[in-house]
Amino acid sequence: MSDARRYLTVKKLARRPMVVAAAAVVGAFVLVALAAPQLAPFDPVAPNLLAMRKPPSAVHRLGTDEVGRDVLSRLIWGARASLLAGVIPVSLAVALSIPLGLLSGYAGGWLDGVIMRVTDAMLSIPFLIVAIALAAFLGPSLTNAMLAIGIAALPTFLRLARGTVLAIKTEEYVEAARALGCSRPRVAGRHILPNMLPPLLVQSSITVAAAIIAEASLSFLGLGQQPPAPSWGSMLNAAQRYLSQAPWMALYPGLAIFCIVMAVNVLGDGLRDALDPRQQ
Amino acid sequence: MRRLVVLVPTLVIVSVLIFSLQKLLPGDAATALAGEEGDTAAVAAIRAKYHLDRPVTVQYAIWVGKIVRGDFGDSLRSRIPVADLIVSKLPVTVELATCSMLIALALGVPAGVLSATRQGRPLDVAANFVALSGLSVPHFWLGIMLILLFAVQLGWLPASGYVPPWDDWRRNLTTILLPSIVLGTGVAGVMMRHARSAMLQTLGADYVRTARAKSVPERLVVLKHALRNALIPVITLGAIEFGRLLSGAVLTEQIFAIPGFGKLLVDGVFNRDYAVVQAVVLVSALCYLLLNLLADILYFVADPRLRGSS
Repeated sequence: MSDARRYLTVKKLARRPMVVAAAAVVGAFVLVALAAPQLAPFDPVAPNLLAMRKPPSAVHRLGTDEVGRDVLSRLIWGARASLLAGVIPVSLAVALSIPLGLLSGYAGGWLDGVIMRVTDAMLSIPFLIVAIALAAFLGPSLTNAMLAIGIAALPTFLRLARGTVLAIKTEEYVEAARALGCSRPRVAGRHILPNMLPPLLVQSSITVAAAIIAEASLSFLGLGQQPPAPSWGSMLNAAQRYLSQAPWMALYPGLAIFCIVMAVNVLGDGLRDALDPRQQ
Repeated sequence: MRRLVVLVPTLVIVSVLIFSLQKLLPGDAATALAGEEGDTAAVAAIRAKYHLDRPVTVQYAIWVGKIVRGDFGDSLRSRIPVADLIVSKLPVTVELATCSMLIALALGVPAGVLSATRQGRPLDVAANFVALSGLSVPHFWLGIMLILLFAVQLGWLPASGYVPPWDDWRRNLTTILLPSIVLGTGVAGVMMRHARSAMLQTLGADYVRTARAKSVPERLVVLKHALRNALIPVITLGAIEFGRLLSGAVLTEQIFAIPGFGKLLVDGVFNRDYAVVQAVVLVSALCYLLLNLLADILYFVADPRLRGSS
């Protein structure tokens, strides 16, 4: 993306108060995740049997869980798992979709046919089902959950990347570059690749939200972050058993997921509107 | 017909991908299938039973050949044929998905129409915000919160469980209501956004301007001229979303202890019942592909311009 386009995009985004508020929320969550060791008032994994299921108080601001761990501290540390699970799978999907999309869209032929048929097949299996099945077969862990989510998200990015390449390769500037004698790899790398990025960026912002929910879902099922390490999804899993005695255990992790996903979705909508005028 | 033909290679690739899942099992597949307690004899028996001692291509051919005949193997846990399990669980999920879709349509389409007719006004902003909230809320958390409110605090509805409609339809409704709301609200957000977008397009069309120029009452313009055309993409989207609901029910069924298709998958995962997991993923993909095909057919039936062009 050129500097001028980047500046215009940021300017358009800055004019929308909802988008600015969403960016602030995302920024706050990132800061909380980065500064978790400094911000968390208690050890997030050390049990305290004298403070089991205590309601919110001056000492434990959001209460304690079934083994006396501070909910606020676990929430703060859990932000790391959730944000990582939002960013890493999407980065993986983007990193794989760019070369494969270029290959498929630019080279065409039988390779394009094979890649697209596999993509169609992967798209026909619902996202969460793919993630659950992969996580089940790979084994339960946060890394495997992120890998599963990344693979599940790949076909959407691949299809988008290929479609964008097909559209870009007929543009006059690409034909001009070829007429000037640029090699195919140079045309792909210098002229097509930079213009593929805006739609992938918009899709990434939308998929980050889906990935955060998917990680929480997998951790909720016990296929993601493993106890006692904190994750919002696994906190909800534990909370389910103590709904009547300790409702605060379920309330705050869910609110945290809702806030970050909502903020990322608003940012995604804003980015889409700013980068794609047809969507407005 | 062309779409049906395309369906076949896609299903073949899906089956290859699902078969490959077994190869992801860490270490030897037979040892993994036998479980921690499996001795050498058990591992050898599993290796022979699942033809794991033969080349991968032969293993795939045997596996797919059985599936074509409706034989998904037996559940490792219950020893019941997986096909029977699927046949008994799928109707429960279909009922849940149908109720959820009804809720989504009842909330999403009117909200989308109202939002489009009041574009830029507070109602539009509020409806968009609610729709985005519906898309952003983790449904398993919403389910937990609804259980907390309606079952634990108020005691109006059961927290979990399922009663088939043919046993007691009133109790069936009470058990299916909360999960349907949980699933329906998410789809309602999608429906609202699509209905709004489609309505905005049709409200700006020439024939709507002509109707207004002829002094047709605004109510008729919206409901008769604009909505009928705007509903075409919404109907087709509904078919696709129904496919998503069938799979999206995984966590909701888990939370509300509904013995459906999603719970079968989760139980299969925890029991390391890989035949069940593979079968559920395959049937999900088949349902999804068929519902996509249905969406295309509905689009074709609902839009006379497409029939004309073909």
